[in-house]
Amino acid sequence: MSALQIEGLSKSFGGLRVTTDVSLAVQPGERRLIIGPNGAGKTTLFNLITGELRPDGGRIVLFGRDVTHVPARRRAHLGMARTYQIITLFPRDTILRNIILALLGLSPLRWNAFVDLGAQRDLAERASAALARIGLDHIADRPLAQTSYGERRRVEIAMALAQNPKVLLLDEPFAGLSVDERRDVQKLLLAIPREVTVVMIEHNMDVALDLADHITLLHFGKVIVQGTRAEVVADPRTREVYLGF
Amino acid sequence: MSVASPQRVGTAAAVLVLASLPVWVGNSYYVNIASQILLWAILALALNILVGYAGLTSLGHAGLFAMAGYTAAMLLGAGHNHLVSDVVAIVVTLATTAVFAVLALRATGIGFLMITLAIGQIQWGIAYRWVGLTNGDNGIVVSTRPAPLSISLAGAGAFYLATLIVFLTAVATMAVFARSPFGAALRGTRDQARRMTALGYNVWLIRFLAILFSGFWSGVAGLLFIYYNQFISPQVVSLTTSAEALLMVISGGSGTLMGPIVGAAIVVVMKNVASAYIERWNLVLGVIFILIISFMPEGLVPGSARLCRAAWRRLPWGQSPTIDDPAGSMRGGLTSRRMREHAP
Amino acid sequence: MTLWLTLAVNSIALGGLLFLLSSGFSLIFGLMRIPNLMHGSFFMLGAYLGVTLLAKGVNFWLAALASAAAMAVIGGLIERFLLRRLAGEQLAQVLLTLGFAFIVGDVCLMLWTGDPWQPATPDHLRGVVKMAGLHFPLYRLVIVIVAVLIAVGLWLLIDWTRVGAMIRAGVDDPAIARVVGIKVSRLFTLVFALGAALAAFGGVMGAPYLSVYPGLDFEILPLALIVVILGGTGSLLGALVGSFLIGAVYNFGQAMLPDLAYVILFLPMLLILVLRPQGLFGRVVS
Repeated sequence: MSALQIEGLSKSFGGLRVTTDVSLAVQPGERRLIIGPNGAGKTTLFNLITGELRPDGGRIVLFGRDVTHVPARRRAHLGMARTYQIITLFPRDTILRNIILALLGLSPLRWNAFVDLGAQRDLAERASAALARIGLDHIADRPLAQTSYGERRRVEIAMALAQNPKVLLLDEPFAGLSVDERRDVQKLLLAIPREVTVVMIEHNMDVALDLADHITLLHFGKVIVQGTRAEVVADPRTREVYLGF
Repeated sequence: MSVASPQRVGTAAAVLVLASLPVWVGNSYYVNIASQILLWAILALALNILVGYAGLTSLGHAGLFAMAGYTAAMLLGAGHNHLVSDVVAIVVTLATTAVFAVLALRATGIGFLMITLAIGQIQWGIAYRWVGLTNGDNGIVVSTRPAPLSISLAGAGAFYLATLIVFLTAVATMAVFARSPFGAALRGTRDQARRMTALGYNVWLIRFLAILFSGFWSGVAGLLFIYYNQFISPQVVSLTTSAEALLMVISGGSGTLMGPIVGAAIVVVMKNVASAYIERWNLVLGVIFILIISFMPEGLVPGSARLCRAAWRRLPWGQSPTIDDPAGSMRGGLTSRRMREHAP
Repeated sequence: MTLWLTLAVNSIALGGLLFLLSSGFSLIFGLMRIPNLMHGSFFMLGAYLGVTLLAKGVNFWLAALASAAAMAVIGGLIERFLLRRLAGEQLAQVLLTLGFAFIVGDVCLMLWTGDPWQPATPDHLRGVVKMAGLHFPLYRLVIVIVAVLIAVGLWLLIDWTRVGAMIRAGVDDPAIARVVGIKVSRLFTLVFALGAALAAFGGVMGAPYLSVYPGLDFEILPLALIVVILGGTGSLLGALVGSFLIGAVYNFGQAMLPDLAYVILFLPMLLILVLRPQGLFGRVVS
């Protein structure tokens, strides 16, 4: 059984077809890289997978369960987590509180309007542990406004990882990072246990390629090439998509 | 937090001062103003649940406030006792709030504002035109105040203390709410609704429940209002009233508990003072709105603090200029300027 | 039968006035993304100005145009010096217009007192028209004709001129429009002024029919809101269709359920919000 299986997924906005008949199957523990030029429909694909967008046709199957019509908020409870291209953290909170909010999303405690969130030791410890795993526990109490861009990128990823997802969708995790920051994120990604299946969109080939087992190349919303890293890199169509010849 | 922490001592002192107010303020006129401040502060706090914590600005809260008031007034006029009238009024207000929420949540931001404005106007239209039901412009008189535990609330002092008890209860529930996981989730939907959905939260339901909570206390404030004035008329349901409530929240500062309370005090005092000298309160209201929004959008409490800090820094013995902290509540969020400032 | 025909004519007359009011509102909302809460104020203040000029013997059309011009100036100044300072913060801008609405309301009360003012229909527009064996006030038909003429004029402006193309671009995507070189800020001022002018013109035209009185501003503002929500923001066709629909709902509702006529107006809006939030002709705004 695949971790994530997409069958014939399509989406149009008015007359514009952004996703056309996309099919792919990601195996448990796999590292899948999704590449393609700008406007290829990569983020749209992610939005379809997470349920933020409703597909016009096709199926999304998560560990054998058809989630095509499951609302987006429930997919997190089924083991799907994602990060965003533009950092979407909670700007008025500390780093630790950001992670706590991520943990709270899956907890029935989120409906509790009586207890003091600050007094929930269990949540705070789990959040600290999640930060320690990515080496950011030393700034746990810092307000988000006082952190660097690179630190925020890592917090993004930590937030998603804190929920112990089965499938992790990373949307351009290296965007806007300096060389040093990229190394930090790369280390983080390499350290993700194989229990977590990772699907990643990235432009930055020098860091991303090393992480990938399989690659899917999208162009104009269609799958052009798909296969192992070696296969896709060698395929002439890959060069054609990027260089035009 | 130790038993005698500064926060707790301060709160206890404040409560003592407030509770003893009728004693050290001799004149019942001022005691009545204090009662007004408290009851409007409850409405402002209720509105702030949405404006400050949920990030949803409503211009229709006068409708929820007045719903409770009118329902109770009509039931009292029909001969029912206070307890029944008040309970039914709150239930009816909650039902109305639920409908209000379902309609208003079809949108967020400006759309939400417009829908709440429209709903508020519908309620005003009913109050004003359905004379058979609401007595129209003539309003409804509420002949007696309730007498809980056989204590008469006819006097200014007694009514003030009853209002204070309700007010403190409201503040306590809101403080608990703000600190709770649900409160944090609500603020999360304000800051990153999309992310919240991806994290597993039911954003619509969270907002819906928050609106109900806000509607409840708006209704309670409405009940205090009719008992204070012993009268209700369509004027209460007007857009002006909703705007005044919003002004209280904005002027004091949304997103904190003290802000709406301070804002309510400012607006009530100004209204009472102004009406002695100026006939045109709306004009003053409008000017203040514009001034605050243009120059101190985060509210007087945070804004004054900011100006004080900035002024202090400019003095020769102040600190050297630091990176300014721009206005928080209304214009908050990660800005590219901040990101550049903190780049490694 | 006579009743229905009369109601029908009154409906389209009111519809015409509502179009004059809501076309500006729709343009402002479509381009600047804010519901202009002082739009009713422009309508009322424009009406007061026009009626004052009329009382001094000025020609009706001149009075209407002068009033429109005055409102355009006021609107332009407000946009340029106050709204523009808050560029990008729609909520703050909306509340600013609300503040001005309160100010204008009280200023009008101070200048023109609380008595309602209903100018007589201008001489050359008085009289009745015979249609299908019935008599209809000429003035009501004139309102409709003027509204249609303005609708055509606006359509020509939006669809056929360069300025109109810039407005359409600004409505579609202000960020890209700026990148392409369109001075969106100046467009904002222009559109806000134009909206104010249209509202004022409508106010003067409506004065012999609706009269002018304190409170007209906040009574008529929700109507603009309803029309635009019903018809879809940024759509002039939507404003046109919505105006006539609401005019009909109001008149027929008034005849059948006088107590609740005002409330009935909101029902189509609520229905649309529940069933089709982008309005009859609007686009889904993300």
